[in-house]
Amino acid sequence: MMSSVSAANTLEYDAERCVNCGLCSAVCPHGVFAQGEGAAEVVNAEACMECGACQLNCPSGAIQVESGVGCAYALMRAALKGERESDCCGGGDTTCG
Amino acid sequence: MTSERSSGRPSVRATTSTLTLANWWDHFLARWGVNRMGHRVDPGLYALGQPKPDSPVFVTANYTLSFDALRSALPNTDAYLLVLDTEGINVWCAAGKGTFGTDELVQRIDAVGLAEVVRHRDLILPQLGAPGVNAHEVKRRSGFNVKYGPVRAADLPAYLSARQATPEMRRVRFGLLDRVVLIPVELVHVLWPTVAAAIVLWLAAGGLFAAGILAAVLAGVVLFPALLPWIPTRDFTSKGFVLGLAASAPFALTLLLWKQGGPAWIAPAWAGAFLLMALPVTGFLALNFTGSTPFTSRSGVRREIQKYTRLMAAMFGGGIILLIALIVIGLVIER
Repeated sequence: MMSSVSAANTLEYDAERCVNCGLCSAVCPHGVFAQGEGAAEVVNAEACMECGACQLNCPSGAIQVESGVGCAYALMRAALKGERESDCCGGGDTTCG
Repeated sequence: MTSERSSGRPSVRATTSTLTLANWWDHFLARWGVNRMGHRVDPGLYALGQPKPDSPVFVTANYTLSFDALRSALPNTDAYLLVLDTEGINVWCAAGKGTFGTDELVQRIDAVGLAEVVRHRDLILPQLGAPGVNAHEVKRRSGFNVKYGPVRAADLPAYLSARQATPEMRRVRFGLLDRVVLIPVELVHVLWPTVAAAIVLWLAAGGLFAAGILAAVLAGVVLFPALLPWIPTRDFTSKGFVLGLAASAPFALTLLLWKQGGPAWIAPAWAGAFLLMALPVTGFLALNFTGSTPFTSRSGVRREIQKYTRLMAAMFGGGIILLIALIVIGLVIER
């Protein structure tokens, strides 16, 4: 069953669906996942930045996360203009390391 | 793209691992936000050194800083570099937008005829490209295996010799140098509004007040990125308040001592109006820096916006009203 891993973010994981391919622990830039015995384990849930790499690369649909850019400028612009929240680094008018 | 295929031999451009003075100048301009979307490399296949059909293939974005970081990390290496069309945007941001993505990768593999250039079927992608690329789908659609390399191009030689990325290579870091290089473009973004505000404040409230607000802006765009991990508190906005208070305190104290004459509450009121305006300026700039870091989540930033936006607007608005009142009172007293 999908279950939330931390109150701090939208990451959800279902260990029963995991096929232990190891890609989630390879793609995560914050070490949220680690490869376990039979399935991936969540070892650093709070650090998730919701980039969505794990969900996109999971072949069995064991991971869900509302991915998006953690950028105040994009969120405030979206709130003001009623736009979709995305494109922090779109128009060339924001930073985005 | 079809012409490249129909011409028989795929076109492969040559490149080197050496960065020229022109490359460094281009990086400098990119860091200062000059011609921001114009720092591009032509998408396609590049030969680094003298690659053979068994040489590795590295995938990158067509932003000069990305392409140059990759090739300069591979001295004395024979390899193919596959440059995706990300519209001049770096790997991480382009992956977030999906332009460094599955579709573009599969199409680019086909367009350059990669299957005829190399004998193997492995691609090495930067790890930070993963939010845009579905490795399993790339395999299904192109026959190529996606291998995620390290976060940093500089770790590629170690990755190649070990044939795997260590946990350390897989972690994104945001060290002092990574943060400091972002300062110029942050400065450029706030330049004109800041100059305009400083002139208006100088005329209306005096040079000291204007200089204090200028200090609050500089605290937000220069000191904040540099000092980020060492500023107490967890939220970006509250970190901004702390830093803003440190930068503003000398100006507030000077206002307290200078604005003498008239009723006793005049000087504290000036200092108060200044702080009410200066703190949310630094706080807001700090909150905005979330978009430049590689670790803030959308959930976290959204929570922070909900928590602080009204407070900052109320402080700033209150400060302006108080300032206008003090200017009017000052005029009346002079009469």
